[in-house]
Amino acid sequence: MAIDMQVNGKSFSIEADSDTPLLWVLREELGLTGTKFGCGIGACGACSVHVDGAITRSCRIPVGSVAGKAITTIEGIAAPNGTLHPVQQAWIDAQVPQCGYCQSGQIMAAVALIKKIGRPSAAHIDEAMTNICRCGTYPRIRTAILAATGQSVAAQGDA
Amino acid sequence: MGVKRRVFLIGGAALIGGGLFAVSWSERAATRRAAKLVGKDKAGVFETWIRISEDDTVTIFSPHVDMGQGSITGLAQMAADELDADWAKIVVESAPVNVAFANTPLVKGFGGELLPFSIPPFLKGITGSTFALLARNIPLQVTGGSSTVRATGQLGMRVAGAAARQALIATAAKRLGVLDAELTTANSKVIHAKSGRSLRYGELAADAAEMTLVAEPKLKEASDYRFIGKPIPRLDIPPKVDGTARYGMDVKLPDLRVATIMAAPVRGGKLDSVDAAPALGVKGVEKVVKLDNAVAVIAKGYWQALTGLRALSPQFSDGGHGALSSASIAAAQAAKIKTDNPDNKSGHGDVPAALAASGVKLVEADYAVPFIHHAMMEPFALTAHFKDGKLELWGGLQDPLYTRKAAAEAAGISTDHVTFHPMIMGGAFGRRLPGFCEIIGQVVRIAKQTPYPVKLIWSREEEVQHGAYRPQASAHLKAALDKDGRIAGWTTDYAQSEDAARETRFVYDIPAFALRHYEFATNQHDGPWRSVNSNQNGFYSESFMDELAHAAGEDPYKFRRKHLTPGSRHLAVLDNVAKRSGWGTPLTTGRGRGIAMVESFNTIVAHVIEASVGDDGRPRAHKVWSSVDCGLVVNPDGAAAQIMGGIIMGLSSCVDEAITLDKGAVLQSNFHDYPLLKLAEAPDVEVHFLESNASMGGLGEPGVPPTAPALANAIFAATGKRIRQLPFRSQAKA
Repeated sequence: MAIDMQVNGKSFSIEADSDTPLLWVLREELGLTGTKFGCGIGACGACSVHVDGAITRSCRIPVGSVAGKAITTIEGIAAPNGTLHPVQQAWIDAQVPQCGYCQSGQIMAAVALIKKIGRPSAAHIDEAMTNICRCGTYPRIRTAILAATGQSVAAQGDA
Repeated sequence: MGVKRRVFLIGGAALIGGGLFAVSWSERAATRRAAKLVGKDKAGVFETWIRISEDDTVTIFSPHVDMGQGSITGLAQMAADELDADWAKIVVESAPVNVAFANTPLVKGFGGELLPFSIPPFLKGITGSTFALLARNIPLQVTGGSSTVRATGQLGMRVAGAAARQALIATAAKRLGVLDAELTTANSKVIHAKSGRSLRYGELAADAAEMTLVAEPKLKEASDYRFIGKPIPRLDIPPKVDGTARYGMDVKLPDLRVATIMAAPVRGGKLDSVDAAPALGVKGVEKVVKLDNAVAVIAKGYWQALTGLRALSPQFSDGGHGALSSASIAAAQAAKIKTDNPDNKSGHGDVPAALAASGVKLVEADYAVPFIHHAMMEPFALTAHFKDGKLELWGGLQDPLYTRKAAAEAAGISTDHVTFHPMIMGGAFGRRLPGFCEIIGQVVRIAKQTPYPVKLIWSREEEVQHGAYRPQASAHLKAALDKDGRIAGWTTDYAQSEDAARETRFVYDIPAFALRHYEFATNQHDGPWRSVNSNQNGFYSESFMDELAHAAGEDPYKFRRKHLTPGSRHLAVLDNVAKRSGWGTPLTTGRGRGIAMVESFNTIVAHVIEASVGDDGRPRAHKVWSSVDCGLVVNPDGAAAQIMGGIIMGLSSCVDEAITLDKGAVLQSNFHDYPLLKLAEAPDVEVHFLESNASMGGLGEPGVPPTAPALANAIFAATGKRIRQLPFRSQAKA
């Protein structure tokens, strides 16, 4: 069936079974491979995107349920002129990624958190940032979120 | 490409005009092939790994693949520093998967340490026949063993950069009619200060290729480093924050099909039968492929393939392993280490005499660790396409050359007919090393069944249940304390699949020590898990060291101190971490500090962990101080990130992780029952590097091993409970 949705500001009409997870439509139909497959059960967060602004794990959301909604992926958060989102820039400044595979999802989660809370405290960050990173970049994720919201923090991982 | 290749060979140094330079270790044939692969008109290719183009762009060809450890930037720093290149014009590319770009310095680097009599531990998954070739210097492109910077960088990139710089100077001297000694280099220019003239490297590169490279160029003194030792931002990070980095999972090709697979739940089992009809009834499914020990479904997309696979009811045999369980393994291992009949032993001094001496105090303890999974965030994904008798592959694996060879063998064609395109890896930690990647043979066999390119994706469930786990192991430790509270003798008896002697560096100075291995194989494919056997053996010995300190009535830090040689690197590292962590100062009620030190991959790491235990018994590390001596630090920021990551992976593994077998099969299947540490439980981490002139050690792995024992020791300090089995979970519950 044809499903109409908006992705990163553009309208698409997708031919897909409505129970196909949004993740695979984004990756295989639209070629937006920045959103990653990690677990398929909504446990790791590598597939995190925004659905009408809300953080959502796209591997568990049937594409049929997002008909008519606005989806934002990692490819859609920089400014139209290409300037990185402040969270992306903070990620570079804090040298967060290692293998990088989970970082699209981490950044999408951080952007949603900041949009909701403004200047999140350490406790807010602990509560909201539940995506898994096997490389162990968590301390630098904290640093980057605080830096992106104008809060100072000691560099992590360095004495 | 129109590259003209003329070859000169003088004193072991080869040179190819208009194209490529090579120094001591390179084979002429290999350098010719390399020039053909990457040479450009009017560009000089120095060694097999550096190309300077007319516009001054310096391209470094890395024989390693990025898996997140940042060492690709480290390699570029080393080459660029010796070359005196302009950092803004440095580009790093993956070396083509061709023996011309094989990593001979890797073999050379470990030749002194380990070859030719034994297999480097991180390569142990390699096949015996491959190792025989390795010993004869067959080239590799392995990324593993914390080797990238210390072998490829020190022995390869720095030498290549320095030799190329000398050739550029000599070329400039000729052109300017001055002496070499009057010239200096900076920012990709050769400068004649006296006359104020300078020449760009890009102007000189092609002519410089006419010079003979020196085989052993003089390397810079530390005081002259411009990039080495500096926290230069990593080159691979920008595409990892905007979704443009391309992993093996992200391969896009015209007409691409997707397959997913289910192998026999019990390793060693075979596919008995499967009715393909239910899968073929799923929309988008094109084919069901039966393999010897697995069934796969090819479809238009992953979801259709997975839906098709899940519709099947394949019957598998258990390979005779149906009675195996984690509990049966633990019991059998515990019995075996009591037989006093080890398969391998090493050590020094007369341990039996030391343990039997009168007046000594004997201390004994049993330890056990479960199978542990790598859980890299990107599940395996490998794409293959057969066309006209040739095979093309795309994906992220830790040894591209081996991948090519394994694929050729599985396909029954010559390696010349296999092209492999390496992609970056979404984590690896040893899981993507040669010998452990069944996916190579699987995808080749599946690709034979379709005219289209096919991407084989392992579901997370497949990935968790068919790992190459860190082995389950059991140990019995026994030591004697003399009347002065010093260790007189120590024995570690341990059972696991393989001998871990080489990765178990006992760092304390005691009169008698014995490490005794009891072979114990299971049906599992034991793999190298970040830091390999240093993990479990570090957990046993550094926990037991704490037990001995308490038995002697001494502070664990001071007790370790008195068994270390004054003036040694180990003592300096231990003292540094104790001082920085405020060892001995008062703590908040309920908290305890644990200390542990392990040397692995030639790097000494000591941690102090401050921890508490919740009402539910779960330990929580609040802060970790780590002191590290790895010799030269090429990129301090990247190095700190590696140690920090190792600590967090170490914490995750010792607090929660366990793969358990029942009826020969793995019980866990995804992150709900194999949970990894999350941000809320990640401690603050402070890493400090000690200056040292020691030969370079690794950084990717050595942060892990001291973590579990430091946390166990902190739990003991906080609660008085000694936990001797991993994972800790709620064992410390009051």
